[in-house]
Amino acid sequence: MKQLSFVSWVGIGLLVIHVVMALAAPWIAPYSPTAIDATQAMQPPSLLHWGGTDRFGRDIFSRVIYGGQIALVISLTSAAVAVIGGGLIGVYVAYIGGIVDDVIMRCIDALISIPSVLLLLVIVTTFGAGNGVMIAAMVLSYLPSVVRVMRATALEYIPRDFIYAARMRGEQTIDVVWNELWPNILDVLFVEFAMNASWIVLAVSGLSFLGFGVNPPTPDWGLMVNENRAMLLLAPWGILYPMGAVATLVIGLNLVSDTIAHAFGIDRSRGMPI
Amino acid sequence: MVWYTLRRCIGALITLFFVAAVIFAGTELLPGDVATALLGRDATPKRLAQVRAQLHLDRPVGERYWEWFRGFVVGEWGYSLARPTQAIAPLLGERLWNTLWLALIAASVGIPVSILLGVVAGIHRNHVPDVVISVISLVGMSLPEFVIGSLLMLVFGVMWAILPAITIAPPNASFGQLWPSMILPATTLIIVMVAYILRMVRSSVIEVLQSEYVQMAYLKGMPLPQVIWRYAIPTALLPSINAIALTVAWLIGGVVVVETVFNYPGIGRLMTAAVGDRDLPLVQAVGIVGAAFYIGVNLCADIATLWLTPRLRTQYW
Amino acid sequence: MSVPVLEVDHLTVGFQRADASIVYAVHEVSLRLMPGERLGIVGESGCGKSTLSLALLGYIRGNGSRMQGTVRSRGVDIFAMTDRERQKVRGGEVALVPQNAGQALAPHLMVGAQIGDVLATHCDMTGQQAQLKIRQLLHDMRFVDPDQIAMRYPHQLSGGQQQRIALAMALAGAPDVLVLDEPTTGLDVTTQAQLLQLLDEITRNTQMTTVIVSHDLGVIARVASRVIVMYAGEVVEDGMVPHVFSQPRHPYTRGLIAALPQLDLPVLPTPMVGQLGYDNTYQRCTFAPRCAFAQQICTTPPPLTMIEVNHRVRCHRWDEIPPQGQPVVAGDTVAMTDAPPATEPVLEIKNIYATYHRRTWRSWWRDDGVDVVRDVQIQLMAGQTCALVGESGSGKSTLARVVMGLHPPRRGEIRLFGVPLPSDVDRRSVAARRHIQLVFQNPDSSLNPRHTIAEILHRPQFVFFGRSRAQSGVYSRDMLQNVRMDEAYLTRYPSQLSGGEKQRVAIARAFLAEPAVVVCDEVISALDVSVQAAVLHLLVDMQHKLQTAYLFIAHDLAVVRAIAQYVVVLYAGQVCEYGPAETVFSAPFHPYTAMLMAAVLSIHSTTSPDRVAHRIDVVDDSVHGCPFVARCPVAIVGVCATTPPPWQIADNGHAVRCHHSRDVLGANPHPQSGNSTTV
Repeated sequence: MKQLSFVSWVGIGLLVIHVVMALAAPWIAPYSPTAIDATQAMQPPSLLHWGGTDRFGRDIFSRVIYGGQIALVISLTSAAVAVIGGGLIGVYVAYIGGIVDDVIMRCIDALISIPSVLLLLVIVTTFGAGNGVMIAAMVLSYLPSVVRVMRATALEYIPRDFIYAARMRGEQTIDVVWNELWPNILDVLFVEFAMNASWIVLAVSGLSFLGFGVNPPTPDWGLMVNENRAMLLLAPWGILYPMGAVATLVIGLNLVSDTIAHAFGIDRSRGMPI
Repeated sequence: MVWYTLRRCIGALITLFFVAAVIFAGTELLPGDVATALLGRDATPKRLAQVRAQLHLDRPVGERYWEWFRGFVVGEWGYSLARPTQAIAPLLGERLWNTLWLALIAASVGIPVSILLGVVAGIHRNHVPDVVISVISLVGMSLPEFVIGSLLMLVFGVMWAILPAITIAPPNASFGQLWPSMILPATTLIIVMVAYILRMVRSSVIEVLQSEYVQMAYLKGMPLPQVIWRYAIPTALLPSINAIALTVAWLIGGVVVVETVFNYPGIGRLMTAAVGDRDLPLVQAVGIVGAAFYIGVNLCADIATLWLTPRLRTQYW
Repeated sequence: MSVPVLEVDHLTVGFQRADASIVYAVHEVSLRLMPGERLGIVGESGCGKSTLSLALLGYIRGNGSRMQGTVRSRGVDIFAMTDRERQKVRGGEVALVPQNAGQALAPHLMVGAQIGDVLATHCDMTGQQAQLKIRQLLHDMRFVDPDQIAMRYPHQLSGGQQQRIALAMALAGAPDVLVLDEPTTGLDVTTQAQLLQLLDEITRNTQMTTVIVSHDLGVIARVASRVIVMYAGEVVEDGMVPHVFSQPRHPYTRGLIAALPQLDLPVLPTPMVGQLGYDNTYQRCTFAPRCAFAQQICTTPPPLTMIEVNHRVRCHRWDEIPPQGQPVVAGDTVAMTDAPPATEPVLEIKNIYATYHRRTWRSWWRDDGVDVVRDVQIQLMAGQTCALVGESGSGKSTLARVVMGLHPPRRGEIRLFGVPLPSDVDRRSVAARRHIQLVFQNPDSSLNPRHTIAEILHRPQFVFFGRSRAQSGVYSRDMLQNVRMDEAYLTRYPSQLSGGEKQRVAIARAFLAEPAVVVCDEVISALDVSVQAAVLHLLVDMQHKLQTAYLFIAHDLAVVRAIAQYVVVLYAGQVCEYGPAETVFSAPFHPYTAMLMAAVLSIHSTTSPDRVAHRIDVVDDSVHGCPFVARCPVAIVGVCATTPPPWQIADNGHAVRCHHSRDVLGANPHPQSGNSTTV
């Protein structure tokens, strides 16, 4: 284990905190996230309510913790599916080349050409909001760019002689892709996972903010910001806590992906969360 | 050259066709009845019939798609489903202008700033300027647009009240009336844009500074500033064109959230409203416009890259 | 007594490793360059010569630093200068010609502009004046159309042209000293010869002080008058070129020279044992672990002693070791009659035509192909080596791919044991795939970086014989022993092995399939000289044991001489000459072969190869007539360009394809048999 910088530890720490909080939510959260108590509405942060309360009297701290569950589940699942699926497709297409490569990359190009937010909204229009829809929508939005990246990475390895050596042994495509190519692109895969996870967290909170993510009263950070926006001046803690949660999770994911990229010598700054 | 440009344009149109197909498929190819899905279970039969008629649901899919696409190209964009008397084209039109203004401001400020910061960070790698700039970039990347927007609104619109927090002007307001409301949304967009482009430029600059030809230029005895300006920066900026295009195109998406935060009367807020109303034709229309913009920007970036890369230029000339 | 132009005094350069320890790249090097002197610095990878050459400009890469010593140009220490002063020195007093000109030229600027930058910086020339100077410089570099070349971008020029541009760039600043870092890397033999001839001429005419760094002793012999040999960061021998190369005193220099294959001797060169170890403490002689003459005294660091005028050696026992011109251990001659030659060829390549199609959209309906291999025929016998000689663009790599089944030929067939093979590797039988193996040129890319050596050696055994990991392990260990590697290597990854070790693993992998034929595609080109000799021995050993046939692809004729019984010479995809090695080498007939042989640099003859045609920029892909006509010094006007030359086959199996009769071709003087030709 090489020496990790302080910054890397910060990133790992943030991530660990979020995961632990999400997993241990039922034991950590002092209140139920949906419990309404009109008498306690709009209370500033105090020892009783660490995060204060919103206008329905719900404890903000508990809602933030449970919101983490949703955020992590959706983002990690979608990222995993998008990255593994995108990786398999990208590597396979890169190896096969020819017509298959052309056709599939055209489809991918078409999918990428739709700004992800628009695509997400289109899907939500049709299928309605909900966790399953969100995951499917995220996968559809982010898988294409992963395919592109993995294809480009695979194309760096395919002209190398050891691939030719495998072909000359007469090995099947599946064997070559799995035995020879796949181990080499795993590093990039991990970096892509962390990067896409961070983007998906942002996208999920954005969608929820617009009202198209999870359904109330389920807690979600973006939704909380939207709900509590009206009382911005009176009770800013309503949006500051969920904001902090989103920010720290995404920063953690970004720093971790930087660490992985640095450890494997990969250039991480590739652009937008499209 | 001309031939290549033409090929690219044709390719872009084909992509647009495919994208339109995807949007169409996403919205209308549903298991079950589209009308019921849109209106919900307790819709009146009269309303269902209306919707079916308006969407031509009795015709086969391919024909529907072709009609729709042809209509688009020609200029007949149909009518809104939620307000069947409202024609989509004029509705989109005025809001599109508002959004374009926003995008223009954001791009014209954001791109030069991010290039400058990226170059500075790359040259002074691991020193103070780089650390500061990289932290700014990290924060800008990690906060969602609505967070940044809300914070800006909180600070400048509510606490210090120097800028309008929410847009009050109507959608068809002129630029003169609208521009104060553009400042905060544009700033939000700029912050996020800068964070991403800056990273790309920085890493490109670092890579180029380590290249053999830059080292050789230095070993030729040229003064360092000249080496950086003449040898390093031109090649470092070339890959950034793509990132910049991607970012500008991202604006389409980012604009949706930002406009909602500030209630700005642009195409993004229209989209949000349309989705909320499940106004299918409107959603499709906005989707296509957004995609067309995205494809157009990418096309320009491709052609610009071709022009500026001697290797590609001579290959296709 | 003139003043030295460049002085290096006790220079030591060190690099900091990750664990904060220091690795010395250059250790206590001192030398004095007099005006007009042409110094060669020779050594293998890791000896510090590149670091030293850059240090002459006051530049150290990465996180290295000058630990002690000075480098003085015109009397002033470059390292002690301010940045501004140092930039004046670089290019103005000491100029560098970089190793890889293609990478060292900026891709977005025209080459003329890049030369102009030097003129603007050092000579204060701009505008019209600069244009004229650029034109003159390019003219001196033997460019036919200087104005047009000046407007080209680097990617539009060939490797040789790029190198000449780099040379022009260095000369533009009118420096005192020219430093060339491996100037001929990656160049064809003939291009290399032309470049060196140009360099020779220029440095002689202008009395330019030159420092040439190279691992190739032949290059040094060609252009340098004095040479220093570097090992592990130190100077181990320093003297005049003819003297050091004919009578080397330091054991390392002797080993280096013995490891060189000679064009006129069909003898395997002598390998050097051991490897460069990173001792780095300099508490004893750095070469002692590998030295055949090491004794007790060698545990103390030897000083650099002046043993005669202009000759220094760093060795305790220099006066005890007898000077020898010949290798210490006689190498094995390439046995021609080890086993009675089989009557049936193992592999037959019959009338192969291979094409490359450029993938344009037009290729859908038009046959836009270029023939890169035309009508090639080769026969391989068991236990024999047939060498395929050609430069880049000759089609030899394509032919290798055709044999392996990776590139279907347009016409012709390959027969294994008399049975025709399918042209696509996927359609061949397992046995067919097993019997033809390929060893690649580049050891870095031929092994999967994510597999252990055990896994790499297991794959072919699993595919061809269905062995389990346990079973294949036994064979792997055996084979590693054959290639003289310890079984501890099995658990290592390729990144932990040196180039030579990786190439041995690649050879082991090929032989684990128990093939009848092994195609060796430039297998030693990427290795150090001392390692090359070891790998050659290994290849010959394996061949003797298993009676494998080799198709040995190479561009280095001296290596071919050491290992091949049969030679085929390829130019622009066509065979122009073939025959038994001894006849082809001792009485070369085809003008191209003569040119190739003349371009081979020997460290002993000080004659300049003058057979190199000047029109080397011409690219020809004429379909009719002889492909060599544009560069041939004896081309017959009107005939050679239009009519395909006929084959003339002698009784001893030696065949030439030329319009001239054999007598005419045979009457040409042979430059490499030790006779001197006029310069």
